[in-house]
Amino acid sequence: MTWLSPEELSALHLSLIVAARSVLLNLPFAILAAWLLTRRRFFGRMAFDALVHLPMVLPPVVVGYLLLLLFGRRGPVGAFLARVFDVELVFNRNGAALATAVMCFPFMVRAIRLSLEAVDLGLEEAARTLGAGPVDRFVTITLPLMLPGVLAGAVTAFAAGLGEFGAVITFVSNIPGETRTLPLALYTALQSPGGDREAARLAAISLTLGLGGLLLAEWLTRRLRRRLGA
Amino acid sequence: MVDAAPPASLGRLSVPGLDVRVEKRRGDFLLRAEFALPTPGVVALFGRSGCGKTTLSHVIAGLIAPDEGRIELDGTVLVDTATGSDRPAERREIGYVFQDARLFPHLSVAGNLDYAERRAARRAAVAVQRPSRYANRNQVVDLLALRPLLDRRPHGLSGGERQRVAIARALLSQPRLLLLDEPLASLDAARREEVLPYLESLRDEIAVPIIYVSHQFDEVLRLATHVVLLDAGRVLAQGELGAVSLLPQMRAIVGPDAVGAIFSGTVLGTDPDSGLLRLRVGRGELQIRASAHAAVAGGRLRLQVLARDVIVALEEPRAISVRNHLRGTVTAVADDDADTDLVSIDIGGETLLARLTRAATRGLDLRPGLPVWALVKSVTLRGRPPPKLLNARA
Repeated sequence: MTWLSPEELSALHLSLIVAARSVLLNLPFAILAAWLLTRRRFFGRMAFDALVHLPMVLPPVVVGYLLLLLFGRRGPVGAFLARVFDVELVFNRNGAALATAVMCFPFMVRAIRLSLEAVDLGLEEAARTLGAGPVDRFVTITLPLMLPGVLAGAVTAFAAGLGEFGAVITFVSNIPGETRTLPLALYTALQSPGGDREAARLAAISLTLGLGGLLLAEWLTRRLRRRLGA
Repeated sequence: MVDAAPPASLGRLSVPGLDVRVEKRRGDFLLRAEFALPTPGVVALFGRSGCGKTTLSHVIAGLIAPDEGRIELDGTVLVDTATGSDRPAERREIGYVFQDARLFPHLSVAGNLDYAERRAARRAAVAVQRPSRYANRNQVVDLLALRPLLDRRPHGLSGGERQRVAIARALLSQPRLLLLDEPLASLDAARREEVLPYLESLRDEIAVPIIYVSHQFDEVLRLATHVVLLDAGRVLAQGELGAVSLLPQMRAIVGPDAVGAIFSGTVLGTDPDSGLLRLRVGRGELQIRASAHAAVAGGRLRLQVLARDVIVALEEPRAISVRNHLRGTVTAVADDDADTDLVSIDIGGETLLARLTRAATRGLDLRPGLPVWALVKSVTLRGRPPPKLLNARA
C-alpha cells in the first residue's frame, strides 16, 4: 500500500490495535451484563440497564471527560491502577482502547442480549437433567448457542471502534503514533492546509473498513445460525 | 395393590420405590399429589391435558420446587420442605425425556449422547457407591436403532428420530429413574406407532424404572405396569394397571367408551379350525384374533375387554356368533350413566366389566351373587405381551 504515507499507515495500524483491544476488554463484561439483564431479576436492574446504554446517548466528549476524571492520574481509579499495577491509561493507546470500549459497550451488550434471549431455556433444563451444573450449562450449552450474536456483536463493535473520535481525543489527546487513530488523523489532516487528499484517503479507508465489518458480521451470523439449524 | 387413600410410606415397607407427597400452586391451579409406587416397573402418570401431569413430573425431576411436600426415591430424599433439603435437578439422577426432545442443536447425535455419558462417568468417578451401569452405549444405540444417525445434526432428524435420540441420551445419563413426559404427544399417528415398539423394548430390556406421562390410554395399556390417575391436580387412584382398570374413577378420565377390565391370560394355543388364539383367563377361556406378536403356548398376553363390548346372559346362548362364553358371578352393580350400569362379573379369579343399560340390568334382575354368562366377541379383542419386569420381585 505505497499510496499511504507512513503517518497514515501508523494511524490505520493504531486504529486496528485500539479497536481489537477494546473488543477483547469488552467481551467478558458485555457477556456478563447481557446475562444479568436477560436472566436475572434484581433490584436496580432498570438503573443498570440505563447505565449500560448511557454511552449511546451521551456526547462522546462527556464520556471522555468522565474517563479523565475517573482514570486520570489524580482520578480515584487511575491513581489506584498506577499505584497497584503500575498501569497508566492517560495519553496512550491503552487509554484509547478503554475510551473506545466504553463507547462500544452498549452495541455489544445489545447484540449479545438478543442472541441470549433466543437461546431456548428448555435446552438448559435438558442439560440440567443430564447432570450439568450452572457453570457447566453456561459453558457447554448457553455460550455456544449465543455464539452467533457474540461474534456479530464483536465484529460490529470492532468496526465501530475503528472510528471512535470524541471520547478518545478528550481522554487521551491526539498524539501521533500513540493515540492518533484513523478519525483523529483525518481530523488533523482536515485542520492542516493541503491535507484534503490525505483526508479523502483516510475517509475512504474508514468507509471500506466499516462496510467490510458490517458485511462480515452479517455473514458470520448467517453461517453460524445455519449450523445451529435455526 | 389398589390404594385410593393416602398410601403408606414405602420407606416403612422397605421396598425400592418412589414416594411422592407434594403440593404446588400455580395461579388458580393447585396440584396436590400423593402416591407411592414400587420400582422397577413402568408407572403411567395418566390424565387429561391440564391435569397437572407435566407439573408433577417437573417437580419430581427438580425443575420446579414444590410449595410443600416430600419426594423419596429408593430411600434417597430428593426434596423435603419440612427439613429444607432440596437436591438440585442436576444431582437427582433422573433422566427426563421432554415432549419436544430438546436435543442440543450445536452437537451431533453422537455429541448429544456423549454429553450425557460424560457427565454420568464423571459422577460415577466421584461416587462412593458406583451405580451398576445398566445402559451401555452400544446396547442403547442398537436398542433405539441410532447407529445410522450418529453423525447427523438434530435439525435434520424426523420427530420420531429425535425422540429416540432423546431417550437414548436420557438413558446414557445412567438415571435412577427415567421420566418420559408425553414423548409421543408431538408425533402424528404413524410416527407414534414407529416409536412405541422402541419403548416396549426399552421397558423389557433395560432395567430402569420408568415414569411414563401420557394422556393416551392406548399407550398406557401397551407400556405400563402401574398407573396413577390424575385429575385436576389430584390423584384419583393408583395401583397395578389391571386393578385400577376396574375402578369407577377410570370412567372420569378415559370416558365411558374406553372403560374396560385389563388382565393377562395364558396362551393355550391356536385353534386349528378358526386360527384364533386360545387364552386361559381366570377359569374360562377366551378366543382372540392372533396378533403379530409371536404367542407361544404358555406365554402371557395382556388385553383389555371394553365394558361396552360385553354382553350378559342368564343362560348360555346357543346358535350365536359370539364365540366367547364365560361363566361367572355378578359381584357388583354400580351406577354408570343416568341410564346405564357398570356390572362387575367374577370369571374365576379375574373380573370383567360390562356396561349395560339400566333397563337391561333391571330386566335380568342382575345383583351380586347371581350366576351369569359373559359374552365377548373375539373380533373386539387384541392381545399384547405384558411388560417383562427385570429385577422385579413379582
